[in-house]
Amino acid sequence: MIVLKRIGMWFGLPAILIAIWWATTAQGVNFFVPKPDKMASTFAKVWYSEKFFTDVLPSIGRLSISLLISLVLGVVLGIAIGLSRNLRWLLEPLLEFVRAVPSTILIPVLLLLIGINDTMKVAVIVLGCLWPILLNTVEGVRSLDEVLKNTARVYGLRGFDRIRYLVLPGASPLIMAGIRHSLAVGLILLVVSEMFASTDGIGYSIINFQNRVAIPEMWSGIVLLGIIGVLLSVAFQAIQKRVLGWYYGLKEASNDG
Amino acid sequence: MTANKSDVRLSVQQLRKVYGVGSRNEVEAVRSLTFDLHAGEFACLVGPSGSGKTTLLKCIAGLLEPTSGEVVLDGRRVAGPAEGMAVVFQEYSRSLFPWLSVEDNVELPLKTSGVPKAERKERVSEALEAVSLSHATKSYPWQLSGGMQQRVAIARAVASNPSVLLMDEPFAAVDAQTRGELEDLVRDVWKRLNMTILFVTHDIDESVYLAERVLVLSSSPTIIQADLHIDLPDVRSQADTRSLHRFGELRHQVYEEVQFAKINPGGERTAAREELRS
Repeated sequence: MIVLKRIGMWFGLPAILIAIWWATTAQGVNFFVPKPDKMASTFAKVWYSEKFFTDVLPSIGRLSISLLISLVLGVVLGIAIGLSRNLRWLLEPLLEFVRAVPSTILIPVLLLLIGINDTMKVAVIVLGCLWPILLNTVEGVRSLDEVLKNTARVYGLRGFDRIRYLVLPGASPLIMAGIRHSLAVGLILLVVSEMFASTDGIGYSIINFQNRVAIPEMWSGIVLLGIIGVLLSVAFQAIQKRVLGWYYGLKEASNDG
Repeated sequence: MTANKSDVRLSVQQLRKVYGVGSRNEVEAVRSLTFDLHAGEFACLVGPSGSGKTTLLKCIAGLLEPTSGEVVLDGRRVAGPAEGMAVVFQEYSRSLFPWLSVEDNVELPLKTSGVPKAERKERVSEALEAVSLSHATKSYPWQLSGGMQQRVAIARAVASNPSVLLMDEPFAAVDAQTRGELEDLVRDVWKRLNMTILFVTHDIDESVYLAERVLVLSSSPTIIQADLHIDLPDVRSQADTRSLHRFGELRHQVYEEVQFAKINPGGERTAAREELRS
């Protein structure tokens, strides 16, 4: 029953919106707004084809690699900066400056430096996704509990053990919050980087359809991006539930007591 | 008990701690502290609030560097947290790793110090049994009550098999009944495993009930104002021991010392008291 209710909640509002869309486009007056049935068939026709391999997979690949690089760089640098006061003093003003520059504005620069290729796109995405993870990791490491840190010292947790058993898990709630933010930023930057200078990818396809006035096809690309976003979010939440199970339990327990 | 030099576990020599040395806000927290703790001894440090108890304990544990003087554990000078020293903190909920289960919490110090797996498992289950928590090994600390959490912390300390166990007001944050249970538990563990314990508390009754020796600290800057032997029967119980006439006498004695400690910073008036007494 609960499962049914949840499924109903999940799909209820989208179903209603599609119904409204259907009702308002039934007369078919606006050229730029396709009907839902036409939309569905176009979606299947466009993306359930070799385009899946030539455009969708490259986009997903770029996004995945970029997120992975951002995660590793962000967490490693974040832990180093979070643990060292000197490093913080040295880097913080610089980090604030670099972070304030929108990475999209670097696309022309990166185009010149790197050229029109995957490396350029990955660089653009990483330059946007790195900051939420990096800064959250720094904050997570800095806010480790004093008593817990003393406990770790008393019991001789040093070096890599200290990072593995104290610093990483202690900072993980904030790291996860950073990753969540990066996922959203990553999807935006993926599309933007593909719109600028590209020969494949979902972003490129959408712009290409628009230029060819293939309106339903263009819309189908936007829907595809939305679906990818939802899938990313669902996958993220499943991982988060596993990694941060202790954290939610702890929060609930301290709210009760 | 014969106190010869060889069975000294912990030796604190002229320990002094001054915060902000050289600055305008220089604060002398601990003036000069000297005492020895012998193998198998259970000693309580008791003092009025603000008597630098926590500072002192942190210095002994190697978490704070003393301004001068030294702490020697098993013949080796303590510089930074020493192997062979375990600490149970007051804030049990912040001292256990919330992302580890009860048994993983107890096992972690053994794991990182390279104890083989089979031996680890054995020591963990022994320690958890000693604090009667064998039924909760897979739980997370935050699923347990405060008293149980502090028992996990005690088990962790016991499992690491320390030369000296330091306890920093470990029961100040639990309710009175749980506190009585935990006091008996600590005495039981102490006797059963033949441990050496230094127990910091502000509770006079607790210090008399638990220890064989009570060290009364003066108010800050701290010195040891009195060193009392507690000659209560070895087997103690909350109901009987606390109603002994001797318990009342000792309690009275410690109470007077603590009252005096409040107006006796740095032991400056100790001489005056001697006059007062005679």
